[in-house]
Amino acid sequence: MKDFRYLSGVSTLKLDDASCVGCGMCEIVCPHRVMTVENHKAKVVDHDGCMECGACATNCPSNAIAVTPGVGCAAAIISTWLKGKEASSCSGVKCC
Amino acid sequence: MQPKPAEEIACCEPSYGPQSSPYERSGYRLCLFVEDFVQTPVRPVPKVKTDLSSIDIFGTIKTRLNISRMNYKVAPGLYCVGNPNPKSPVLVTANYKLTFDVLRKQLSGLDVWILVLDTQGINVWCSAGKRIFSTEEVVRSVRHSCLDQVVAHRKLILPQLSATGVSAQQVKKGCGFEVVWGPVRANDIKPFLDNGMKAEPEMRQVTFSFRERVVLIPVELTQILKPLLWLIVIAFLLSGIGWDVFSIKAAWLRGLMLIAAAVTGIISGAVLAPAFLPWIPTRTFALKGGITGLITGAGIVWLLWEKLDGWGALGLIFCTLAISSYMAMNFTGSTPFTSMSGVEKEMRKAIPLQMIAGLMAVVVWVGSAFAR
Repeated sequence: MKDFRYLSGVSTLKLDDASCVGCGMCEIVCPHRVMTVENHKAKVVDHDGCMECGACATNCPSNAIAVTPGVGCAAAIISTWLKGKEASSCSGVKCC
Repeated sequence: MQPKPAEEIACCEPSYGPQSSPYERSGYRLCLFVEDFVQTPVRPVPKVKTDLSSIDIFGTIKTRLNISRMNYKVAPGLYCVGNPNPKSPVLVTANYKLTFDVLRKQLSGLDVWILVLDTQGINVWCSAGKRIFSTEEVVRSVRHSCLDQVVAHRKLILPQLSATGVSAQQVKKGCGFEVVWGPVRANDIKPFLDNGMKAEPEMRQVTFSFRERVVLIPVELTQILKPLLWLIVIAFLLSGIGWDVFSIKAAWLRGLMLIAAAVTGIISGAVLAPAFLPWIPTRTFALKGGITGLITGAGIVWLLWEKLDGWGALGLIFCTLAISSYMAMNFTGSTPFTSMSGVEKEMRKAIPLQMIAGLMAVVVWVGSAFAR
């Protein structure tokens, strides 16, 4: 996916080194290879590659990862702005 | 006894339909993709074909054109391929028929169980994002299908992209099954299984090839059809305004030009921008659509040049630009690499500019009628 780069410096992904147990789950589930495990600690190697899907945080056994998950979808964001989070089209089954 | 009339004998006796399959149930219909049933201690499990029929392919085309796309699903539950035994692996998937077809097509020659979750007809990644493909749904399905009595092992292979909605640890806690993260794409399942359930790094990464982008375009276009009808009405109304207050002739002639510019904007933003995405400079989608909109807008003006003056040409370019930029921005949701923080940042800058461009299109186009 090196052909596809989105905006830099926007991702809310945060990794807390101290609580990481180095299990490597984040490295497995990340679809953009944002993390790698070196010396029994996870490391963010491509912060700008993160699309905030939240897979790593959902599967981190020690809650070392924090990210505000969401869909990078303009239509869903417009719908949220207009109708509020609950009524937005993405929480129903309208577009994807 | 009276003899039966000749016609009645002719219609009832010579031929019979086949006997009902023992798997038919009143009120149910056997699915065409099911070729047989495999006996298990719990219940017979449908065995599915690994090749797609013309009906499946027709269904795929229909779905890609957004025709009853929201109701294209298979019944959730346990299925299988080949002749699986209690040691065979279990693949977990979504009940969107498009997803189910992509998966089973890749399983020829394998003996595996397929556990189809109820993801309400949504694909793996989107349903995981909506938390429909969730820890709870995996646990519920494992229990509901009595999987622990069908297989002797305690492993589930989940598609990697479902990790957004499923916590492997919580699944283990909830039903005793260990989650093994499978590859992103179904066509990597065979090498994954051959490799002792290990995925190579490239199997773990999403792609967004030209083909993967182009198949999404028809749905993008269908979503704009309704707004386009309004756009057409507005274009005719605006184009009729002039020194005569409102001229029907101008509404028709100039309206067609404005509609041509709007349609060009739609094609520019919803077809060209997605197709050429990685080759258009800049990262924001609104700008990518802006660039294609400027180029195609210039193109439409060049085609209509003899019927336009300078102001009219400028109005049409603004129209194409605004629509193209907006359409391209809306493609963010169909891509596998845009983050919500990024899209929100882009939109906060882009939407005001798109509104200004749209307003300029209206002002300049209407104004050009008075400049003659």
